[in-house]
Amino acid sequence: MPIHEKSLIRPENLKEQEHLVIEGMDVSGHWSTFIEGRSLTDYNENMQEEIAQLPGGENIHRCWQCGSCTNACTVNAVNPDFNPRYWIYLIRLGMEQELLRDKDIIWQCVSCNKCTYACPRDVVPEGVMKATAHWLELKGHTPKSPSTIFDEGFSGQVINRGKIEDGLVLRDFFKETGQPLRQPWLETMVLGLIKRFPIFYLIRLGWSTVFRPKTKGWGRARAAINEYVHEVEAHHRKVLGLDGKGAE
Amino acid sequence: MGDQNYKKVAYYPGCALEGSGHAYNASTKAVGKELGLDLVEIENWNCCGAMEVKNIDPKIQTYLSARNLSITEEMGFDTVMAPCNGCYHNLKKAEYDLGHDEKSVEINDRLSKKAGHKTYEAGKVETIHALDWIKKAVGEEEISRRVKNSLKGLKVANYYGCMYTRPRHIFPEKDKGPGTESTAKPHFMDDILAAAGAQNVDFPLKTACCGGAHSLSDSDTSTKLVLNILTAAEACGADVIATECPTCHTGLEMHQIRAEKVLGRKTNVKILYFTQLLGIALGLSPNKVAMQENFSDAKPLLKEKGLV
Repeated sequence: MPIHEKSLIRPENLKEQEHLVIEGMDVSGHWSTFIEGRSLTDYNENMQEEIAQLPGGENIHRCWQCGSCTNACTVNAVNPDFNPRYWIYLIRLGMEQELLRDKDIIWQCVSCNKCTYACPRDVVPEGVMKATAHWLELKGHTPKSPSTIFDEGFSGQVINRGKIEDGLVLRDFFKETGQPLRQPWLETMVLGLIKRFPIFYLIRLGWSTVFRPKTKGWGRARAAINEYVHEVEAHHRKVLGLDGKGAE
Repeated sequence: MGDQNYKKVAYYPGCALEGSGHAYNASTKAVGKELGLDLVEIENWNCCGAMEVKNIDPKIQTYLSARNLSITEEMGFDTVMAPCNGCYHNLKKAEYDLGHDEKSVEINDRLSKKAGHKTYEAGKVETIHALDWIKKAVGEEEISRRVKNSLKGLKVANYYGCMYTRPRHIFPEKDKGPGTESTAKPHFMDDILAAAGAQNVDFPLKTACCGGAHSLSDSDTSTKLVLNILTAAEACGADVIATECPTCHTGLEMHQIRAEKVLGRKTNVKILYFTQLLGIALGLSPNKVAMQENFSDAKPLLKEKGLV
């Protein structure tokens, strides 16, 4: 199956001479196209090891670059710059600067697991994408993505009460990301629903806003999970060499 | 495990079914009651972590499901039914990880002991989806016999989403030949609704992604993905998309409206839970299957087809 990837040769690296005659042969314009040579000196030799230490990145070393992940990718179909195969290639070689060109879109993986389904080497590219996005944030290359903000708000509710409340997840996320709660589409949805007046449903929603759903006797589980989370965070900081650097 | 008839199983609704997906909860229970099946809700269950907690740490997510499985076992059940794809997927994933990964077993044991409950061990409880439940406990023949209000003439696109079939390794019972579910081309919902009289259209995006994980955090991508699904269903001639996941369902409804507001693209296909369609076919009223709670208003369509 052909793999349609973007050309990895950037326009700024392509050279053409407008007028060029070599040994009497006119090779002006397109005929003289060549690619600018480049030498890389800024390898980050620890990058693969570091990403492999974060949850999801464990199997990155198994990749043999077949490209099945990119071929199957949901987000790649919407944005051709989203290219898991290429990023795994860069990470394994340690080409950090090249990877950083795409740092603002890596978090957009939707976890559909089509890549994991297609991968013949059990790399779990979905996990690698999450680990890479996490790595970029921990290293301070990117701010927390909207996805991370959402994950943290959601997980915070689960760890605290054992259950979540949809409305609170939504309100907290809009607040944390500085978006107004009055989104036009949300208003249309709510108004459309209210018109049909599902009275018991509305009472139920109102009820759960006031009396938030929770799991009874969750205290000990909460303490155990929080303790584990701190341990994991300390481990990540250690393997990424962040201790003593004052990262948040 | 395995040799039971699924007539009485433990029930894990999950958070979504108590909130935005309540219509799925109500219609699942109503259909179960009508078909003479027994659901016993897991006592004091907790959230499965959905698609979020695993990004903090996957082992916590494994523990969350293991706790629910442990309670199921303590209640004397060997099967738990989860209608939500996220819950179903996470229970299955926990089962797989606890059977194959020592580190997961160790962390689960540690957290369970500290939390003060029995540690769940792999192999004690079988997790099934609402589709497995209806298909195995009742089956197509009996559904056909019980249909009072055939869905004849209703064209349905069956949409399964991501988490019902991927990744393949956590669903060892699938892809085992005739009678089993397929991960590449799932058909359990098609089978059930066909038995209820519906005309299933050949829908190529059965397992496409709705972008549910980033419904809010990357809305534009999700809207594009949902619009693909909606327009493909329309192109296939579907009147309605049948869903079996509250995240997909809410995502389709939300982004159908958002696509109209943001991209100016209007689609008319309606979205209903498969349990709502099955309930209507079994003669239940639209209120009984909580159709008034859907954002996508399918009542005019069902009236036009003479179903309500």
